Amino acid sequence: MTADIKHEGGTRRDFLQLTAGAFGVVGAASVAWPLVNSLNPAKDTLALSTTEIDLAPVQLGQSITVMWRGKPVFIRHRTPEEIQKAQDVDVSALNDKEPDSQRVQKPEWLVVVGICTHLGCVPVGQKTTEERGEYGGWFCPCHGSEYDTSGRIRKGPAPKNLAVPPYEFLTDTLIKIG
Amino acid sequence: MGSGYRQPFKNPVVEWIDSRMPVFTLMQKEYGVFPVPRNFNYFWNFGAIAGVMLVVMIATGIVLAMHYTAHVDYAFDSVERIMRDVNGGWLIRYLHMNGASFFFIAVYIHIFRGMYYGSYKKPRELLWILGVLIFLLMMATAFMGYVLPWGQMSYWGATVITNLFSAIPLVGDSIVSWLWGGFSVDNPTLNRFFALHYLMPFVIFAVVFLHVWALHVPGSNNPLGIEPQTEKDTLSFHPYYTVKDTFGLMVFLLIFAAFVFYAPDYLGHPDNYTPANPLVTPAHIVPEWYFLPFYAMLRAITFNIGIPGTEIVFITAKLGGVIAMFGSILLWFVLPWLDTHPVRSARFRPLYRLFFLILIAVFALLGYIGSQSADAHWGPVPLSLLGLACTGYYYAFFLGILPWLSRYEKAKALPSSIHEAVLKVKAPAAIVILAVLCLASPSARAAGDAVHPPAQHWSFNGPFGTFDRASLQRGLKVYREVCSACHSLDRVHYRNLEALGYDEAQVKAIAAEYTVTDGPNDEGEMFERPARPSDPFKAPFMNENAAKFANNGALPPDLSLIVKARHNGPDYVSGILTGYEPAPEGHELLPGQNWNKYMPGHVIAMAPPLLDGGVAYEDGSPETVEQYSHDVVNFLTWAADPYLEERKRLGISVLIFLAVFAGLMYAVKRRLWSDIH
Ligand code: FES
Repeated sequence: MTADIKHEGGTRRDFLQLTAGAFGVVGAASVAWPLVNSLNPAKDTLALSTTEIDLAPVQLGQSITVMWRGKPVFIRHRTPEEIQKAQDVDVSALNDKEPDSQRVQKPEWLVVVGICTHLGCVPVGQKTTEERGEYGGWFCPCHGSEYDTSGRIRKGPAPKNLAVPPYEFLTDTLIKIG
Repeated sequence: MGSGYRQPFKNPVVEWIDSRMPVFTLMQKEYGVFPVPRNFNYFWNFGAIAGVMLVVMIATGIVLAMHYTAHVDYAFDSVERIMRDVNGGWLIRYLHMNGASFFFIAVYIHIFRGMYYGSYKKPRELLWILGVLIFLLMMATAFMGYVLPWGQMSYWGATVITNLFSAIPLVGDSIVSWLWGGFSVDNPTLNRFFALHYLMPFVIFAVVFLHVWALHVPGSNNPLGIEPQTEKDTLSFHPYYTVKDTFGLMVFLLIFAAFVFYAPDYLGHPDNYTPANPLVTPAHIVPEWYFLPFYAMLRAITFNIGIPGTEIVFITAKLGGVIAMFGSILLWFVLPWLDTHPVRSARFRPLYRLFFLILIAVFALLGYIGSQSADAHWGPVPLSLLGLACTGYYYAFFLGILPWLSRYEKAKALPSSIHEAVLKVKAPAAIVILAVLCLASPSARAAGDAVHPPAQHWSFNGPFGTFDRASLQRGLKVYREVCSACHSLDRVHYRNLEALGYDEAQVKAIAAEYTVTDGPNDEGEMFERPARPSDPFKAPFMNENAAKFANNGALPPDLSLIVKARHNGPDYVSGILTGYEPAPEGHELLPGQNWNKYMPGHVIAMAPPLLDGGVAYEDGSPETVEQYSHDVVNFLTWAADPYLEERKRLGISVLIFLAVFAGLMYAVKRRLWSDIH
């Protein structure tokens, strides 16, 4: 009998201690969360800016770089050969399998975020005089990733294709990114 | 701590304090009479040296923080202001910059000493783990500190390293954007890095305290790796080791000072003298030398790991690299359980010693590989393959060789006690480790197919170098009449020209030749006025876009730091100025392009700027392209490094002081230890 009472008392004490402990943990976590969360992108940073670009002056074969959300976006006016090359690839042999048709809205305009999917360098190849790698797209000088004329990863350590940002054609030559 | 019996002190003030809070008793116990094995070699100096370097870093860092502005628009400028306008600022910054490298040198030697002599083994496991923790904290602190000047390497280093976290499956991208506080490395990132860079050293300080505490319970290991048994085996810390440590410290500081005063930028990277540009990645990104071995392991994994012949991938190449890199340090945490051999010191474990020395060489080789570009070759061998082999050995050493040796290695007979053992310093090991560390630190040189410009003789070279004032003045003339048509010189002010040998009135007159825009005035209008000595050199264009527009889209770089921002800056700039040639057969140049044999890639937008006779010299110096380029490079070197002469002069005094101090300490040490041996 005495043992039972003791046992019951013990359980009650355990329960109280556990509950108190849980309150402590919840309290500490709810104080910590706002601190941690404050480091996430702030509202002004998040305000998704959109950029409108007039493509009329961009000659066939030329590329331009525009800024969007603090990142460079590559817009390449592809030549028929470049388009052909991009479409002829055997998609199943790619690392990141995407047919060219999924990556462009109009085949002559390729729009990609100019940030290497490996560790974030800006690949070179925007100018025709720059190194473009074996596949004629872009070459990342940091660790040697090579992209093709559709911005797809073909060689090197980068795991993914260059990202395609959200964009739409407002007119034939006016494009809105974001 | 300190309750219980206490010996009273004679000094009444000390006694008054000590009877209320026995800090003097504590110090006396832990640092005064604390028994230390008598057979330390000089490798045991590096713990104390690392401690001193931590204090040097904190002291210089606090002062630098008072002058620094953590904002993307001002960070680079504020650092240059420290270098040019803050009193002695260049010295404080160079101490801090090179201090980081020397802190790492001391810590690397300290760590490898611990590994060689088995200092991590029972009962010192916790001591070792705290040490590894300090090393990790140091790496984080150094990385964030390197971001603060906001140069090209700062920015791209930060981008590459923070992107490592994106390799984590599922949550990687959210973590990265949380680290950045945005969608790329930007102002929020710089701000938090500054806050953390300021905080972390104090955390390190706290862990160092724990590290020392954990040391003072079992006491120090020693080169024999056997515990002291009697009083004959030990000496009191003071004066024997305080004196010996001070001597070692002075020698270390002597080398440190040689770098600070005579090669302050050798361990850094020229690209970091170019302000950060989110649109252009430098051709060759490398971290600071102390990260190179780990960086090489990151790059060594270039393949996915999965089931061969199928599409199934468990670990992508990117994640694999990240795991290889972080894992290489995490292994150190469990080192005491990987190596369970009962004998500590490598002196009695010939096999362990052999494999360990190979590990050191491999580590150094990894450092070299990390400094080279990703597609570099050694003859026919791609360096990345060599990097993979080295990474393989590194892991095999910890996970295979050590456990295997723990079971099967037969150790040599241990001496019965420290004082009986014949004490001879094992120099070979010392030399190997030092040589390897020197090898591990060559700064990376940019690759490129350009011919290297010939090395010239400059009056400012060498430890006693000075500027040739007449040449500086002629160089200023060349800049003003030729270069300044396109290139700005933002960081130089007219007032600075007094250093070229002009007096106040002359400087005023030079400034007054320029008209600058000022305002707004009381009516709110901008107005023009003649420049004053306190103004910076007037830029040829209103802003970068105007400069680009006027130059076919190519931006003429600001020249204030051009000499520091290029490898072998003076020779390089002078090479570019004189290296114009007609393009060789088979190279088509577009309109607006020129061929220059010293330009990486050879194609340059700048037309040949200098012509024989183009600038009139009043002092009868030859009016040739060679002479012009020599003079203007002299001038630009001064513009980039205005304190060069003062730095070299001060360096001599500091080196002499330290050398004499070291000599004195050595004499004191010899006297003191003469009756011990
Ligand atoms: S960042 Fe492009 S290859 Fe590594």
